[in-house]
Amino acid sequence: MSIDTAPAASATALDATSGAATRRDILHRLLMTIGPILAALVIAGCILLAVGVDPLAYYGYVLEKGLFSPLGIQQTLTRMAPLLFLAAGLIVAFRAGMWNLGGDGQFLLGAVTAAASAPVLVQILPAWLALFCSFLIAMLVAIIWSLVPALLRAYQGVNEIITTLMMTFLGTSLANVLVKLVFRDPGTTVPQTRTLPVEDRLPRLFETTITSGLLLGLAAIIIVHLVMTRTAFGLKLRIVGANPRAAVHAGLGVPGLTIAVFAISAGLAGLAGAVDIIGVQGNVRADWNPAYGLAVIPAVFLARMNGFAAIGFVFLLSVLSIGGESAARRLGVPNHFTLVLVSIVLIVLALAEYVDHRYHQSRKA
Amino acid sequence: MTGLFSEVFLSALLFGAVTAAIPLLLAGLGEQMSEKAGVLNIGIEGMMLAGAYLGFVGAFYSGSLWLGFLTGAAGGIAVALIMALLCVRIGLNQIVIGIALTLGLEGLTALLHHFQFSRSYPRLPAADATVIPLLSDIPIIGPAFFKHHLIVYLAVALVFGMGYLYRRTQLGLNLQAAGDKPAALDVAGIDVIRTRTIAVLTTGALAGLGGAYLANVGAGLFIPFITNGAGFLGIVLAMLARGRPIWVLFGALLFGVCLSLTTAMQVAGINIPTDVIQMLPFLAVMIMLVLFGRRASLPAALGIPYERGAR
Repeated sequence: MSIDTAPAASATALDATSGAATRRDILHRLLMTIGPILAALVIAGCILLAVGVDPLAYYGYVLEKGLFSPLGIQQTLTRMAPLLFLAAGLIVAFRAGMWNLGGDGQFLLGAVTAAASAPVLVQILPAWLALFCSFLIAMLVAIIWSLVPALLRAYQGVNEIITTLMMTFLGTSLANVLVKLVFRDPGTTVPQTRTLPVEDRLPRLFETTITSGLLLGLAAIIIVHLVMTRTAFGLKLRIVGANPRAAVHAGLGVPGLTIAVFAISAGLAGLAGAVDIIGVQGNVRADWNPAYGLAVIPAVFLARMNGFAAIGFVFLLSVLSIGGESAARRLGVPNHFTLVLVSIVLIVLALAEYVDHRYHQSRKA
Repeated sequence: MTGLFSEVFLSALLFGAVTAAIPLLLAGLGEQMSEKAGVLNIGIEGMMLAGAYLGFVGAFYSGSLWLGFLTGAAGGIAVALIMALLCVRIGLNQIVIGIALTLGLEGLTALLHHFQFSRSYPRLPAADATVIPLLSDIPIIGPAFFKHHLIVYLAVALVFGMGYLYRRTQLGLNLQAAGDKPAALDVAGIDVIRTRTIAVLTTGALAGLGGAYLANVGAGLFIPFITNGAGFLGIVLAMLARGRPIWVLFGALLFGVCLSLTTAMQVAGINIPTDVIQMLPFLAVMIMLVLFGRRASLPAALGIPYERGAR
């Protein structure tokens, strides 16, 4: 998480003497992440105490189930796959200064179309080609879904926060309509899509239950990070994000870049949906909406839109959500407590960063 | 017979539309004030939930709806206080904190409800309506618009109050300056931080009130996640209204009609999945945006924390 202040820091790091400084910086960053998380756990623990639950027992379960038990850590790593894709999509959008808050709609439509196409395609195509096609379809559908906000922002200047929020409400409902009316599995009484047989899903890694989608997600976020920090295209997007007017004066085709940003961001959200379905779930039930998008947005911010830092935060989110789910079952605390915990962690991390920033400023002055 | 049925049906539909519109109206008016003052308040969904839960608890244990509205508004203000401290006073990122607050309150209200009521969902008695004489005797329109709880009329009056505030008062001008050119406001000797704090706290009160109305009058009970995106709809309304309170009212009524249509169609036994009807209001707004979407007139300093002397 040392490359947070991305281009400037990596440029100065070429200096041979700064090796120790970089290491100190990494240590500092780690402390600044772990300290606030511990503080957040204490605050959330007070809430648990207030409702009469032993916080130590709760956290014990979260750690055991989310991190230390073999099955738990495998579930955690599996949960990371869709979150990484979503984070990658948000990094592109946010660095280019576009508030794509429609991730959940794009995610669900990607998930539903992947769930609808994969079981059909595996019967007529070789398995790898079928899955590849489903990924492609999910991505295209999500891109098409983002086209309206993209065009409105690019050519009419309509604020994308409104349009993407609207499209996400529309997308959630449309996904439900598709599951209930169009892609419904006639063989079951509960409304859901046809189930992709386990042997046709994405292979699992080695002898574990971890989905290979994790590797795809890691690849996606690292590629996005490198494209945004090391290529001309990424630089153009960051200029649009930093100052759209200056970008026009610099001769950049801002409308075209805007549409590209939305397409990449939504495409990755669609892939997130596909990777969750083809890798893990196998089908989409009606009214299924994990709402990952909303939790990933602040995590990406806290990572300062840095891909590697985002991997760390996504891991943290996964541990909390997987651990929280099983702790909820054991201790009778509703799963909703995980939301409280995640929220407190986010707020305390943001606060700590502010305090740290202030401290450095006053030392400089 | 069918004529009578459709008349009753129509007025029930409109009555439901007003009931559904009031929380959106209150949230939209609140968000509008925040945005005018330069604070993009994404935590409004959390403020509504706090208002809904505390408002319900207040009304349930005291037996008084008005006390419920009071506790609801207090709940909204409590959440807004966190937002004001973190985003206005020390200038943390408004979107991060807003989303974090929404997530946290979603979890917290569900958690508190679980430990307070377990799996039971007690109901409040139906709210008494304030019947406006004469006007309520008009067929269809009368029972639809003039037989509501008193707070409904107050909420509509608030629309005009807000209009007056923004156009005719010093505070209204300060609020808008805090969002458009905070540095100028600072130079004029008005505290930007204080002005923005007032806006955020008012937003909290209105959102909390909206949440309390949603739970106590609209539904008559509290269930976890009861707001179901109403706060986000408030954000959309505020942005579409381009700073004019009256447009928040129109927008809220449009959404209200669509929401009420969902229930009405189910009651009438028309067999369309609710998801299709739920899409209607959003579809309507998207079409409006595609047709009339010119450059939105958002305040220049929206979302940017103010720091004196910063460039």
